Amino acid sequence: MLRFSKIPIVVLAGFLLIFPLVCTGISALHGYISLMVFAGIYCLITIGLSLLMGYAGQISLGHAAFFGIGAYVSGIATVRFGVNPWFCMAGGMLVAAMVAALIGAPSFRLKGHYLAMATLAFGLIVNIVFREESAWTGGPDGLSRIPGLRLSGFMFNSTIRFYYLVWVIVLAAFLFAINVLQSPAGRALRALHTSETAAKSMGIDIARYKIMIFVFSAVLASLAGSLYAHFMRFINPSTFNLLFSIKLLIMITLGGMQSLWGAIVGTVLVTFLSMEWLQFFQEYESIVFGGILLLALIFLPEGLTGLPNMLAGRGKK
Amino acid sequence: MTAASTTAPHAVLRVEDLVVSFGGLAALMNVNFDVTQGTIHAVIGPNGAGKTTLFNVITGYLNPTEGTVFFEEHPITGLKERQVAALGISRTFQTVELFDNMTVLENVMIGWHRHIRSSLWACGLGLPFIRRQEAELRRKAMDILDFIGLADQAEDRADSLPLGARRILEIGRALATQPRLVCLDEPAAGLNETETETAAHLIRAIRDRGVTVLLVEHDIRMIMGISDRIVVLNYGEKIAEGTPAQIQADTAVIEAYLGDSGAGVYA
Amino acid sequence: MNMASLAGQLLQYIVTGVTIGSIYAMVAIGFNIIYNVTEIINLAQGEFVMLGGLVMVSLHMLWKLPLIAAFPVTVVIVTGIGLLMNYAAIRPIRRPTVLTLIIATIAASMIIKGAAMLIWGTDSFDLTAFSGRTPILIAGAAIQPQYFWVIGFLVVIVAGLTFFFDKTIIGKAMSACSENAAAAQLVGIDVRWMVLLSFALSAAIGAIAGITMTPIALMDYDRGAMLAIKGFGAAVLGGLGSFPGAIVGGLMMGLIESLGAGFLWSGYKDAYALAALLIVLFIRPSGIMGNRDVIRFKRF
Repeated sequence: MLRFSKIPIVVLAGFLLIFPLVCTGISALHGYISLMVFAGIYCLITIGLSLLMGYAGQISLGHAAFFGIGAYVSGIATVRFGVNPWFCMAGGMLVAAMVAALIGAPSFRLKGHYLAMATLAFGLIVNIVFREESAWTGGPDGLSRIPGLRLSGFMFNSTIRFYYLVWVIVLAAFLFAINVLQSPAGRALRALHTSETAAKSMGIDIARYKIMIFVFSAVLASLAGSLYAHFMRFINPSTFNLLFSIKLLIMITLGGMQSLWGAIVGTVLVTFLSMEWLQFFQEYESIVFGGILLLALIFLPEGLTGLPNMLAGRGKK
Repeated sequence: MTAASTTAPHAVLRVEDLVVSFGGLAALMNVNFDVTQGTIHAVIGPNGAGKTTLFNVITGYLNPTEGTVFFEEHPITGLKERQVAALGISRTFQTVELFDNMTVLENVMIGWHRHIRSSLWACGLGLPFIRRQEAELRRKAMDILDFIGLADQAEDRADSLPLGARRILEIGRALATQPRLVCLDEPAAGLNETETETAAHLIRAIRDRGVTVLLVEHDIRMIMGISDRIVVLNYGEKIAEGTPAQIQADTAVIEAYLGDSGAGVYA
Repeated sequence: MNMASLAGQLLQYIVTGVTIGSIYAMVAIGFNIIYNVTEIINLAQGEFVMLGGLVMVSLHMLWKLPLIAAFPVTVVIVTGIGLLMNYAAIRPIRRPTVLTLIIATIAASMIIKGAAMLIWGTDSFDLTAFSGRTPILIAGAAIQPQYFWVIGFLVVIVAGLTFFFDKTIIGKAMSACSENAAAAQLVGIDVRWMVLLSFALSAAIGAIAGITMTPIALMDYDRGAMLAIKGFGAAVLGGLGSFPGAIVGGLMMGLIESLGAGFLWSGYKDAYALAALLIVLFIRPSGIMGNRDVIRFKRF
């Protein structure tokens, strides 16, 4: 039976709670808090992707676009129209949901590689729109002076405050995803991944579930985008390009696609690798990440979170 | 399971003038027969006779070229697999299509899918009614596992079971959908004698619960032992229909079997 | 704007579109060859094109090999890289599912692209046009001779492949693999060898596309991804797996792109063809020439 044990979740929550306190104490780790904010924002996207790709077996190469939709809806509506950021966040999620349904519906009607193609094309088009519609988006220069977030007088104006905001949302999304997986809906998702033939004979509406989970993952990505915009106070199109979609892929592959925990582990790791530990290798970024991805596929078919199982299995032999 | 109708036995399934051809090659030619409520109805025939094709048409996995299938007097040809399932026709597969990454219990629980609430929101928020529903499903699924004799393996992964148990589990999963008709595609294929015996018992028990069984099978001895009525297909055509005794005496049937796949069928 | 110059402009865009489209068609053919044998979508297909262009530039411009000699050497080198990719990135995958194999080709493309950047840097390179750069004036349109080379090579590739698949034993064996790998194995065809061959063929065709397009469009290390996407798009537009579809899809993508960039906003150049693709997928998911059933029965 698919069951998520409560203890690791409590441990994770505890770790997240004290992490900033430890980091502020040690000056070398100071920058890690903001890295964790980014990691948290990306985790929101990869939790959705993990459900979509790992559990339901559908590939998306365009989630950067939904991330961008959230960021730009928030950015444009707050900067140009002065709308309340929380409304923008909800608006972005709504837009992302509608767009995802529109893209997903035809792609899921047939099997094959159509979702890969459709999401790839969609991601590129959206990125071009961000770049070209400069009257709205600021074009390649981006959009600045995006306001921060406040909750009835409380400003999320420091990295630590934002850190807690982001990770509370991530934990909520994580718990939501866990609940889904342990429920009839999750069973249906895992079923259609294993055997569509059998899933149909159980009366499961396969297309509906695929679209539902695609929309859900798009909504999470959009929420992440809004948070990103309000944290950075500045956005430009290059954040939401194809490379970012691929980085998301690397995150969940490295962590372990078949596991929600893999999404968290992989995302935090890749975020730290690409924004901090591999900074010297900037020029080699493409080779390094391509290599990591390939090695993970070859040697860690279940990702890092599958490692204990793999080692245990080998030990038995 | 489902309450059997108290009125006189009627045709729960009617196959009318069914034709299926693949690019000019006829897999089924004008096949007609009725399946009576509450019986075990077998379809037999040599390899390539069109048995699985017939199953695929009945369960919506294949659209016929011509002809109609009626389920409880309603035409169901042209419906999707899922819609056919929703009407109360459940099936198993020759190749055993279990959800291998799930436990035995989960495989059966999923059978209730079309009867329960499963919205993403309710599930994600872990609403109380979903939790209650899960607990109830688990109980009902355990009942089915008791019925098919796999209760002890409830928490094992489905792919860890031997073939015999896998076929039985697939039947259990089909029952969990609360069907009025189950279509079993070679439930004894690849099973040893004891396992075949178990499957035969199970099939009878299913009928005794009021569920009509339509089955395709190669194991003639098993068929003769459990079937109430038999349809024989050869090269896509129905060559005989009747009780096991009638079929055993039918010259056309004997000829088809001896002429096609050689002797030893009755062995 | 008078009618004559408008007509000339239109012709110009059409010829340009057909030329770009021929490149997309070549990439799409490369996709289809690998897809038909293995059901892998090789997203590194564009890197073969990029490598074709840059290797040719080095051989011809740097090492002064004449075009006629540099051309086959380039094709051989890129083909070798295609084989290497099959050995290093496809075969070792422990759990080859569609999902992991697509991701593996993405990994390979990142590695190839990164290596190309280290070798050639980030500059764009030009290559000598095969027959000079004196434009041919036809009805108000100025057409580069190289355009004809590109279109001509597409014709040669199509003719060659048709002969290969219809008339040679290896080609027939490959077709058999695409129809039913298990059955092909049963009659003694070595499927692994066929997979290898499909990568070799695709890489070679990619290299030819890269070599012929570089005199028109220059080449740099970063071009692969976009070429792969357009080529994949062309293949899907025409119906994944269909060779006539790849040509029609490629030409359509090229024409839409060229006409869109010419008459509408040029900033959206890369978006038009992809948007058209999304719309086609929406209306007819199996592509223009695709057979609905064929696609339905392809395993995912």
